[in-house]
Parts: sequence; structure tokens; C-alpha cells
Amino acid sequence: MAMMSPNGGHIAIVGASESSRIGVVPDMSMIQLHADAARLALEDAGLTPADVDGIATAETQVIEVAAMLGIRPRWMDGTTIGGCSFLAHVRHAAAAIATGQADVVLITHGESGRSWVGMPNYSMNPRGPDGQFEQPFGAITPYSLFTLPALAFLEARGMSQRDLAEVVVAQREWAIPNERAQRRSAVTVDEVLAGPRVAYPFTRDMCCVVTDGGGALVLVSAERARDLPSRDRAVYLLGSGEACESVLVSQMDDLTSFGSFRRASAEAFATAGVGHADIDHAMFYDAFAHLPLYMLEDTGFVSFGESGGFFADGHTRPGGRLPVNTQGGGMSYSHSGMYGMFAIQESMRQLRGEAVVQVPGIETSFVQGVGGLFWSAASLILSNRQP
Amino acid sequence: MSIGPIPEPTPETLAFWQGTAAGELRIQRCRACENFYFYPRPFCPKCNSDEVEWQPVSGKAQLASYIINYRPYEDFQTEEPQIIALVTLAEGPRMCTNIVGVAPDPDQLPLGLALQVAFEPRGEQFLPVFKPARS
Ligand SMILES: [Zn+2]
Repeated sequence: MAMMSPNGGHIAIVGASESSRIGVVPDMSMIQLHADAARLALEDAGLTPADVDGIATAETQVIEVAAMLGIRPRWMDGTTIGGCSFLAHVRHAAAAIATGQADVVLITHGESGRSWVGMPNYSMNPRGPDGQFEQPFGAITPYSLFTLPALAFLEARGMSQRDLAEVVVAQREWAIPNERAQRRSAVTVDEVLAGPRVAYPFTRDMCCVVTDGGGALVLVSAERARDLPSRDRAVYLLGSGEACESVLVSQMDDLTSFGSFRRASAEAFATAGVGHADIDHAMFYDAFAHLPLYMLEDTGFVSFGESGGFFADGHTRPGGRLPVNTQGGGMSYSHSGMYGMFAIQESMRQLRGEAVVQVPGIETSFVQGVGGLFWSAASLILSNRQP
Repeated sequence: MSIGPIPEPTPETLAFWQGTAAGELRIQRCRACENFYFYPRPFCPKCNSDEVEWQPVSGKAQLASYIINYRPYEDFQTEEPQIIALVTLAEGPRMCTNIVGVAPDPDQLPLGLALQVAFEPRGEQFLPVFKPARS
């Protein structure tokens, strides 16, 4: 088999599904959420577990997912770099298919983040870098750790807590009509600011929801995709990138601009061979309200200091010039702990014309993920047209 | 003695924690590129030299960013808000810490605030925390 590029539209995502239910699902375990989503994604592709020869997942053992579904893979990837792991899996799977190491790759996610059914116990390691240099100071939970650089970001730009609230308000607009979204009531900036205090400058609605849920993707070569019943709904990988920095937030190269966002997205654009003006839709992994602000600037959609105004002026809302987080995002839709799979799923629905709040006539979608608490990043550029 | 998770030193971090127990903030400096760095590693993350040494530093720092945590983790057995901060040491490196000796009020915590290290007992260790420097 001739070697091909993993980017440039040679690899297609032909199956995509979230678990049948998301939100509060106390009657399904973590592994069941993986399997439920996997079976739906394979059905969506017109394939069965017997067709799968490659498998990838994060946190959970690949072996456990394979065994659950009766799959005997010849290619495996357990890369765990936080919630953007699934974006990295798409990139890695594309490389495996392009080089003939796998023909049909299944990527799964499942997490009982809210009900904690079938999940491992959470334990701290007092001997790790975080256990010695973060946790003793109370920087343990995402809301007390991921949030730490936000004031430095805002102050460097003359922005304020209101700019965080504007992100919430803009994204909530997409969630209101979406029955699968967790937070669906319209809010104002003042209401967001007056909400329950979590960690100044963050109030409750500036923090993601905590949910149960899963999702899965099926990837094949674009050539193979043409023979599948799902061929008219295939989505192609144009470009991808990944990057990491440190497991300690304090060791970010720059508190006010995340280098991993810059490097991963730059590689995605370079490998895709498209520019920002070609992007019709974006998913910015939003565990907290400052992340879309960092991402909008660090991925080059706007210049330094323009992110707050971009959200406040409505450019990311329905009808805006760059629709962002169109199912409501992690702060309104669903966030099981590792949100990356949900971001990809919404890009798939938008590119297939199947979203609850559909952006009309779109061809390309950009997905920016983050892993851990400013640990890592991964980026994808997807299209419903093969170049 | 404060309540909360207790760090357990490892061979590459032991000198740091021996320093805090002695009332000194000791961090590492690379002899090759002359940069101070944190967290402890037996070689320089900038130039990869293993010609590195421990040095007591001034304990002076500036407030780089922070949050006021209104929901302290259960291990702390408190509901008092915690000021969790990133501070930049006068010698360059940044670290995560707590700000003490000041109310958890944004008006009292401008970024750039001058700080001085203090040491707080936690189990058998001493944590480096920071308080506003006297002007
Ligand atoms: Zn050096």
C-alpha cells in the first residue's frame, strides 16, 4: 500500500455518535458509556466491530474497550494527554491508516463524571510534581487550578471579569434550544457575575457543567469511505496538530498566551493548507470561560486583546461571522471531565448538516482542544468536502 | 500547624524541602546558562546541562496571578476562602503558593504586589507561602 498523508483529506471520519443519553445517567457505568457510543458510531458508519482493526481511547484501557466489544485490534493508541486526547487520537489514527497499520479505527470516550459509576477512585500522589508543588496549596480541583492564569490574561489586555461573563452569555444562546444541553436558560452578564462564587474571578456559570456521557468516532481512508453506506456523510481530516508544555500551571511559558495552543493550531493550519478565512465554524474547548478567549487569540482568529470584544459584539453567536461552541459548549451543553470528544461530535453534526442549531452552508470546522490544566493542546481542521 | 495535603519529598526535590525546613527558600541554578529554574530537576530544562547547584534566594516575589477559592478541597477541613496564587520570584522562576496575611479581597491583591516568603508547618514539612512585603 502506498504511503499517503494523514492530512489533506485522505482520511475520513465515517461514523460519529454520542452515547444514547448524556447528562445524568446513573444507570450506566463508564465502560458501558464507551460501548454504547461505539456501537452507535459503528452503526452510523455502516460497519460492525468485526470490521474494526484499530482502537484508541484515553484514561480507560484500550484493552478493556476492545474486549467489551469483541474487537481484536492490530493497532492501539492509549495516548492520555487530558481532555484533548481524542483530538490527538484522530491525528494518530489518520497516520496509522495512511501508513497501512490499520484500516478501520474506532475511538471511544466514556465517563461517569457526575454519577461516578464504574469509575476509578480519585487519589492524589503527594510525591508527584503536583502533589509537592500545587496540591498542598489547595490547587487541586480544576476550578482552583485551571483558573489560576486568568487574571494575568485579563490584566495584560485591560480586560475584566465582565469579559468572562460575555463568553458565557454568547454560548448560552446556542444551548437554549438544545434539549441535550444541561444549562438552557438565557442569562445576562450581570446575572452571570452575580451567580454563586466558585473561585474569584469565576462564578458558577463560568465553570463547566459536570455530566455523564460518552462518544465515539470511526475513521477509514477516503477511498474506503466511498464504498460505505455512510459515504455522503463522510467528514475529511484536512489538518492537525498537538503540543504540550508542563503538568504544573505555574510553569507555563507565558501565563497570558498558551504556547501549546499556538503551536498545535499553527501545525493544523499549515498541514491543512487553509487559512482562517476558510473556517466556517469553531469548537473551543471551554472547561472555563477564559479558555475560549485564550484560544481565539492564540489560534490566530483575532489579534491580541480582541477576544473579549469578539464575544461581546456577537460574532460567535447565531448569525455571527464565526459561530463558536454551537451546542452550548462545556459550560452549557455537557462536560464529563474530558470534553474533547463532545467538541468533535458537534463539528461532525454541523458538517453533516445535522446539528440542533445548524449553521447554514458550512464546509470547514476548526476544533481547538486543551488537555489537563494548561498541560497540552490538540487541533483539528475538518471538512465535509474532500480537497 | 495548617491542615491539608502533605508533600512527600523525592530524591530530586529533597534539598528544596530541607531548605524550607531550615527557613530558606532554595532553588536550583544552572552554572552553564546561569538561569534559576523551578521545579527541582537534576539538570537544566533550558540547556540540559547537569552542572546545576542549589542556592538560597531572596524570598522576594511579585504576585503574577491568583484566584480566591471559595470552595476549598475537603482535605483542608475549612470553608474559609483560600488565596491560591502564582508568584514570580525576584530571581525569575514562577511558583504556585498561598498568599497569607491579607484579606481575600481583590482590592487588596493587585497584580504585581510585592511579596516576601514565609514558612508554614504542614505535617513534617514546611510550605513556602507569601505575605505582602513591608514597604
Ligand atoms: Zn542551563
